[in-house]
Amino acid sequence: MWALRVSSLARAAFCSRSGNSAGLSSVPPFQEDGRGRKKVTLELLDHLERLALVDFRNQEGVERLEKAIEFADQLLSINTDGVEPMDSVLEDRCLYLREDNVTEGNFAEELLKNANQTLEEYFIAPPGNIPLPKLEDRDTFLQKKKPSADMLPLTF
Amino acid sequence: MAASAIGCSRRWFRAGNFNFGNVAEPRCWKSLVLASTFFRSASKTAGKQNRDVPWAAVVGLEIHAQISSNSKLFSGSQVQFAAPPNSLVSFFDASLPGTLPVLNRRCVEAAVTTGLALNCTINKKSLFDRKHYFYADLQAGYQITQHRLPIAVNGSLPYSLCTGKNQNELVSKTVRVKQIQLEQDSGKSLHDDTGHQTLIDLNRAGVGLMEVVMEPDMCCGKEAAAAVRELQLILQALGSSQANMAEGQLRVDANISVHHPGQPYGVRTEVKNINSARFLAKAIDYEIQRQINELESGGTILNETRAFDYKLGCTIAMRDKEGKQDYRFMPEPNLPPLILYDAKSLPTHTSHLQVVNIDQLQEQLPDLPSVKRAKLVERYGIQPQHSFTLLNEDGLIEFFETVIAATQMNPKKVIGWILKDVLGYLKQYNVMVEESPISPLLLAELLNLLESGMISSSAAKQVLEIMWNGEGKSPTLIVKEKKLELIRDQNELEHICQAVMDGHQKEVEAIKKGNKKVLNKLIGEVQRETRGRSDPVSVKQILEKQLLLQPTKKNP
Repeated sequence: MWALRVSSLARAAFCSRSGNSAGLSSVPPFQEDGRGRKKVTLELLDHLERLALVDFRNQEGVERLEKAIEFADQLLSINTDGVEPMDSVLEDRCLYLREDNVTEGNFAEELLKNANQTLEEYFIAPPGNIPLPKLEDRDTFLQKKKPSADMLPLTF
Repeated sequence: MAASAIGCSRRWFRAGNFNFGNVAEPRCWKSLVLASTFFRSASKTAGKQNRDVPWAAVVGLEIHAQISSNSKLFSGSQVQFAAPPNSLVSFFDASLPGTLPVLNRRCVEAAVTTGLALNCTINKKSLFDRKHYFYADLQAGYQITQHRLPIAVNGSLPYSLCTGKNQNELVSKTVRVKQIQLEQDSGKSLHDDTGHQTLIDLNRAGVGLMEVVMEPDMCCGKEAAAAVRELQLILQALGSSQANMAEGQLRVDANISVHHPGQPYGVRTEVKNINSARFLAKAIDYEIQRQINELESGGTILNETRAFDYKLGCTIAMRDKEGKQDYRFMPEPNLPPLILYDAKSLPTHTSHLQVVNIDQLQEQLPDLPSVKRAKLVERYGIQPQHSFTLLNEDGLIEFFETVIAATQMNPKKVIGWILKDVLGYLKQYNVMVEESPISPLLLAELLNLLESGMISSSAAKQVLEIMWNGEGKSPTLIVKEKKLELIRDQNELEHICQAVMDGHQKEVEAIKKGNKKVLNKLIGEVQRETRGRSDPVSVKQILEKQLLLQPTKKNP
């Protein structure tokens, strides 16, 4: 029962209100380890890496993610029964309208200073949304993770 | 390709020989009668299998129109096509920390005006949301859009199509508009395959977009193309968007599915980013036919995103859009609700610069294309389908009206010269109306020469050709130089007629034996002899007179 509840809460925290993340509908994104702490499943890590093109790199990265989720989960303990959700604390204010005048721009050089890599006046990004290869074909630490006593069994 | 010939009477069939190169031109719009006949004979021969049962296709569109404004939706950087990379980017557009969105009033007005023109209900309160996805040209990792409560809902877009054998029957249709939402455009990615990297230009990031979501009320590419064209004309008439597809100011996504009539709709695919008016109908019809072929050969349709490849003429599954995306929508915390007002609800203590008044925008709406067409038909007595052609070409109405103002010729006759002859040349040589070497005033001068009986209609066509190729010489001068005036001298004409009759004894005999039709051949001969410089009516009179006078000769 507890595991079920955790997974549904976690999903609510991590996914949209409207439904599950792709590919995660059948697998809970979190599972509980022996000490009552939630562990992120391999499927979820793979999905996040795929979405964000972020490499969690190592076990430490994964633990940091888990801690962040745990921190955010505190919100779920607040009782909001009968409270109308707010969009923002400013929602009763007027939305200020700007006149259609050009007031900014022409500082490409300054902007590009922030970038790691540039070419002429362009930012350089990794190849966009070319999907990550399947987990098996990828050089990632997730690949090398072996199921151990306190790790999850791989459920592919 | 008989099978695909009956596209749009809402009956699709499996294409006989599925050919990747040129399937995509199903000649839609044969008459309904023809289609149903085809259906009957097809089902008779089909036998046991479910093949050749007709398919119905359902097409819905999502159209992104870039708002025509000086500055972006939420920042003060300039909106301009093809500027040097990253020159039109504010700190907000680059989503640097600490920057906040400030809504552009002009963009709100453009969306309200568009909503009104599309018969929408304007929501007096609308909300902004964040739609998250990760892409290098979306700096913030989310797009500000209107997911929960868009600015306009429940509209309709009436449009017309030319159908029938000669494309001269007009059919009126309507597509429902589900909603119009304000949102930000993304930046642009240039993929460098060899360098294995992506170049990012944020000039477009944050430009205001109106997303027009249409209900799936269309059934083929031709209908969708006609609806998009009408929307484009409306946006241009309003000035809310320049709606130039080549510059990406109008981008179309199409949701497409097929099913057997009477059964539930099939699984749909989404064809993304159709950025060319020319390929819009093609891409949609290709996808419909692909789904039918897939289903008939026992396959299934996946709910997937596909792209249309202009070179191959087919749609291809987009790998990076596999699976349903999770956008994790959330309310945009930095923007309070957008409140609009009407004459009744105008606030008293607020600066008018902070108020968008729906009623005032309604009053200021310019003539929409449908009204312009009706006025043309009424004012000049031209055919409705001609009014469509006039409106479809940029600048052609002005051209037409300038000619009308400068000529005595009846507009009904003028329209023929413009649509058949001038537009024919323009299309043939791919020239814009405003760049036409035949100016409206010179054309009017030519038509006046014709109308006053100075030249014949065939001579006028010769002059027009010279004008098209010429250096702006006036038609009067051309007529003089080329000696194309009608032969006024009755004696000279009679002389020529006599000579033609002498040279065509067989025909003369035939006419005398009662075959009056042969007279036309003699008139044609006289025309040829005079290089179009004779008036067919007087030639006919002269020939008839001379035939009566001439004694019947025996054949030598």
